[in-house]
Amino acid sequence: MIRKVRTHVNQNEPLLFELSSPGKRAWQLPELDVPAVDAAEALGAGAVRDDIEGFPEVSEVEVIRHFTRLSTWNYGIDLGLFPLGSCTMKYNPRINEAVARIEGLAWAHPYQPESLSQGAMEIIAALEKRLGEIFGMDAVTLQPAAGAHGEYTGIMLIRKYLESQGNPRKTIIVPDAAHGTNPATAIMVGYEVLNLKSNDRGMVDPAALAAAVTSDTAAMMLTNPNTVGVFEQEIVKICAILHDKGAQVYMDGANMNALVGIARPGDFGVDVMHSNLHKTFSTPHGGGGPGAGAVGVRAHLEPFLPAPRLKRANGAWTWDYDRPRSIGRVRAFYGNFGVLVRALAYIMAHGGPGLRKATLDALLNANYVRARLEKHYQIAYDAPSMHECVFSDSKQAAHGVRTGDIAKRLIDYGFHPYTVSFPLIVSGALMIEPTETEPKQELDLFCDALISIAEEIEKDPEMVKHAPHLTRTTRVDEVMAARKPIVRWKPGPAGAKAAD
Amino acid sequence: MLAACGLQTMEDLCAHLPKEALLHRPLDIPAGISEYEISEYFKEQAARNAVGYACFLGAGAYAHHRPVLCDVVVSRGEFLTSYTPYQAEIAQGTLTTIFEFQTMLCQLTGMEVANASMYDGSTAVPEAAMMASRITGRHRYLVCANVHPEYRDVLDTAARNAQLHVETFGYDLETGRMDLESLDRKLNDETACVIVQSPNFFGVIEEIQEAARMAHARGALLVYLFTEAVSLGILKPPVEADIVAGELQSFAISPSYGGPYAGVIAAKEKFIRQIPGRLVGETRDANGNRAYCLTLSTREQHIRREKATSNICTNQALIALMATVFMSVYGREGLRELALHNLAKAGYLQNGLNRRFSGKFFNEVVVKVSGRTPEAANAELLERKIVGGLALGRFYPELADSMLLCATEMTKRADMDRLKEVLR
Amino acid sequence: MTYPENLKYTKEHEWVSVEGDTGTVGITYHAQKELGDIVYVDLPKLGAAVEAGKSFGSVESVKAVSDIYSPVTGEIVGINSLLAEAPEKLNEDPHGAAWLVKIKLASPAELDALLSAAEYEAYIGG
Repeated sequence: MIRKVRTHVNQNEPLLFELSSPGKRAWQLPELDVPAVDAAEALGAGAVRDDIEGFPEVSEVEVIRHFTRLSTWNYGIDLGLFPLGSCTMKYNPRINEAVARIEGLAWAHPYQPESLSQGAMEIIAALEKRLGEIFGMDAVTLQPAAGAHGEYTGIMLIRKYLESQGNPRKTIIVPDAAHGTNPATAIMVGYEVLNLKSNDRGMVDPAALAAAVTSDTAAMMLTNPNTVGVFEQEIVKICAILHDKGAQVYMDGANMNALVGIARPGDFGVDVMHSNLHKTFSTPHGGGGPGAGAVGVRAHLEPFLPAPRLKRANGAWTWDYDRPRSIGRVRAFYGNFGVLVRALAYIMAHGGPGLRKATLDALLNANYVRARLEKHYQIAYDAPSMHECVFSDSKQAAHGVRTGDIAKRLIDYGFHPYTVSFPLIVSGALMIEPTETEPKQELDLFCDALISIAEEIEKDPEMVKHAPHLTRTTRVDEVMAARKPIVRWKPGPAGAKAAD
Repeated sequence: MLAACGLQTMEDLCAHLPKEALLHRPLDIPAGISEYEISEYFKEQAARNAVGYACFLGAGAYAHHRPVLCDVVVSRGEFLTSYTPYQAEIAQGTLTTIFEFQTMLCQLTGMEVANASMYDGSTAVPEAAMMASRITGRHRYLVCANVHPEYRDVLDTAARNAQLHVETFGYDLETGRMDLESLDRKLNDETACVIVQSPNFFGVIEEIQEAARMAHARGALLVYLFTEAVSLGILKPPVEADIVAGELQSFAISPSYGGPYAGVIAAKEKFIRQIPGRLVGETRDANGNRAYCLTLSTREQHIRREKATSNICTNQALIALMATVFMSVYGREGLRELALHNLAKAGYLQNGLNRRFSGKFFNEVVVKVSGRTPEAANAELLERKIVGGLALGRFYPELADSMLLCATEMTKRADMDRLKEVLR
Repeated sequence: MTYPENLKYTKEHEWVSVEGDTGTVGITYHAQKELGDIVYVDLPKLGAAVEAGKSFGSVESVKAVSDIYSPVTGEIVGINSLLAEAPEKLNEDPHGAAWLVKIKLASPAELDALLSAAEYEAYIGG
């Protein structure tokens, strides 16, 4: 029985371009307090455009209704559990939004004098320090704009460091369970990728690794806990194998939410890591960004961090651009400052003890979901779960229903699907990460929904295969979208009609 | 809940971790504080920044008025707390707004396809360059010296590790525009693309027709870069370019000490499969209704892995949404009017100052400071609660006597008069 | 599905049929079925050199990309223009109208190493 939702509330709404008609306006500008200029004269007649053809003209009430109506077609954490594994969709505290909008922060210009930027610089320094403590790392850069950008920065650091040792080496080892960004990143930095097969417990096999590491190995990119939500039991040995051959250990910190306050990558042998602040440190995902990718390194990699770096001089913060060994800049200015403000606010709200408690709550919630679902779905690996649990759809596949179908049916029950078909090493994966911010009541509704779907699959698999049934938009034709891509609106018969 | 998991205490949850990997002490981070205290802390830090100053800085981060609706829309939890729209059935809101964003960027730039956003303008540059490499099979980039210096640094960083070559060509010391002769000398059959910014870092408007012709004659592409998106409201769209890369910060995104902003890449339709980042496409659902979904995903890292066009995944969806609301509010007439206001203010600003370059400008001008260094003049301005221009010596030794000033629709005449009093 | 006797097959699921010194290359029924709805086919340019066992293009479905490996060494002398407009033909007629490229064979002896229809059927498990 579906308990969480009834029908989804929504209204129809055309595109902005179809709402548009000449003369409607939502904008205001003050009276000019300086003489107006003639555009053709100021810019040259040949440089001026006559019109922005097709650009919308709508009124203010239409703008607010348009986007409000569209918003109701979305699901968000504010509506309920968002169990996307590896994505850490936790509650986004609104105080963080409020402080990021304080005028002196939101309107700080990146080139305003350092003497008038001390508050912003202090915030960056405070976050670097706290993340360094959480990661067990000697230095942290906050310049990268997202997790993948952090990976890219981290692998460049490794390359530059190895170059300084005389040889950048050729290969990066990536386990087959890794996120797709890992191999893509290695290639962008000029490395070859060696895929390493996981063992039957979903972990890196030290013997297989030892056989794969050579003097050409630059590094291994490792996710810990790995993408099946399992802590690499041999992590210390794994790091030692790489270090013995002069290779570095990169940790993809996408799953850092399982470790904060419990274990520190720097302590167990990692040389460089990134953490997605929009996962572990609760900054909003916003439908796909903005994020921020903090990168932590051990001391030997510090000289190579992107310039500029914060430095203390004469009792004040200053930006140090004189970094001759740096990999260079990875983006303009200093990073996604607004995201950094939110992450620091989150850390301050929790404090050291609160962060550890949050981690344990995340582990508890994942293990609770696992315990409740284990009878109904096939757990992928017996190893203990950390912050997420991964099932295979093997029981349901026997009825012809796959993980993608179960995910779509979950929508009818009022939940966002879990991560579907990832990691690739699990056949028909259901990857579930509830996070610590879910109350037991919501977890139970979710587990009940999945159990109910398992029963539905035994009785009426066809119904599940055509889910969702209760959404305003049913399954979309992705094949049609890819064969004949339409990626912008063009005025057609429909557009002409709406403009009448 | 513990009992359901077969555990006694919370500590049992991590008892299986190897001892040598565990942290055996509390984190050295002060205990948590309340909402009120957090708010006080950040207000205190904010007060140490420039508050209450008139500011004439631009150079890639512009102060434009943010219509209230922009904040209202992006604060809705359905947008703020949603994920990348992989599950199209419950993400049509995000998908539809991205489709509108892509469409409006095409209308503004004269391109035929625009992606769902990049991290920012600076990171869009190497992405555009590498896209040009995939299209042309060449690995040499020519970038004009009047392109934002920090953007060029980002391109250098990316190129260094990918065995790509970046070469700079000069600008005309008289006009501030790109030097076509310098470009001609450096263009060759290995050039993948020529990268030109307009308005350029000096605020001067480039005429790209000739550069495009020269690039195309050698089989290279032209990449048009913009950092001041409001200029597109009045400037001819760069239809001669093959790829447009830009920064949308001007569209309602506060300067926020350098980020988060939103970049974008747009291009001619024939290059659609080489565009990095996410794309939303129109399709139908099972009931035949119009619907949207992420499309051409096989370009991306989660499918193509080591053969992906880029490793980008999380981009700037919420910031792009803010820009979308901004574009909807201003619309066809308003964006032009806004651009005209900027033009008028900058015209007034430079009047009576010693302009360094003769080229036509949008809302930024380089002025020569006489009698003292630009840094000294800025120190004087600070005493009058004015943050002056960007002293250019740090990026251009030959312009050590000059500063880059910016005026937008928010710049007040009285403040410009006070600034000019000091600089004159 | 029965696989035509006149074609030779690879373990990477391509087929080749030879007429004179030219081989016509496509992907097998099994390959298109595994991929699902094909949305795009990326092919080399005319005149490109290809090598047996090396990738010369790719076939895409919505959520997968598969490299196409050349069964033979030689030069591309023909490209099936039908596929740019109608990639779905690869699902409908993979052994016929939806051939991919024609290759002028550099070393016809390579054909001996390829699988017969019976061998290929046995390889994919019948």
